[in-house]
Amino acid sequence: MKIGVVTFPGSLDDGDARRAARYAGAEAVALWHADPDLHGVDAVVLPGGFSYGDYLRCGAIARFSPVMTSIIAAAGAGLPVLGICNGFQVLCEAHLLPGALTRNSHLHFRNRDQRLTITSTSTAWTNGFTEGQDVVVPVKNGEGCFVADEATLDELEAEGRIVARYTGGNPNGSMRDIAAIRNAAGNVVGIMPHPEHAIDLLTGPSVDGLVMFTSVLTSLAGAAA
Amino acid sequence: MARVVVDVMLKPEILDPQGQAVANALPRLGVDNVSAVRIGKRIEIEFAGDADLEQARQIADKLLANPVIEEFTIRTDADQ
Repeated sequence: MKIGVVTFPGSLDDGDARRAARYAGAEAVALWHADPDLHGVDAVVLPGGFSYGDYLRCGAIARFSPVMTSIIAAAGAGLPVLGICNGFQVLCEAHLLPGALTRNSHLHFRNRDQRLTITSTSTAWTNGFTEGQDVVVPVKNGEGCFVADEATLDELEAEGRIVARYTGGNPNGSMRDIAAIRNAAGNVVGIMPHPEHAIDLLTGPSVDGLVMFTSVLTSLAGAAA
Repeated sequence: MARVVVDVMLKPEILDPQGQAVANALPRLGVDNVSAVRIGKRIEIEFAGDADLEQARQIADKLLANPVIEEFTIRTDADQ
């Protein structure tokens, strides 16, 4: 199985995302923002960082890059897509996920190990967790405050599309403690904290993040069977 | 050349922590009669020929503003 990781100008965590894909047992494929060819990958990760310098709004310019045109079309056809941090911002700007990520309510950049509760396991990226499971992964953002109108938030709750919530303190003011959401089909997930930094105890606080990468391989194997 | 000015503001119901931080700093300047500050963006678009307000509107709608959190106004720059 091939997991593609996009590199935009200003991406920071593409290397760690490819490493996480390899740890999970996948072949990691580097995708380039200016190349619309997805090179036959079975899933895509949009990594953290500051694509296009975060100019205008986080993710606003990345959303119009050639590779995103292909990813938006493929996501509509069921390709698993995971957006982490800046990748989550890109997915919202691309309207693959609802809502928006805005400046942290306290204005401070937050960088710490964060406890999350997994609240939806019916996604391509979280099927290896159990519902209600607590995990610890790093969070590091300045603009991670998830906002949406009340109707959208109610719809996300009613449809079980909130994938993870912050527990033990909300690091950025996100509405309803939302850390991750999914699309209706469950193939597209956006998460503000960084599972790719929690795959090895030598470098991270846990190995909980690796489950997101093994989950997508399970999902792909099930789809192929 | 013709200039179109696009003003982008956060919707009223969206929290503006930057504006709050500025408002909270004003008492240090001796200003005590300001109740709120909100911060937006002003974007100037130079057209090669005549100002195309409709195209400017499309640019603002697709790229310059995120309709989930922001609203925008468009005008030609009268000073040009």
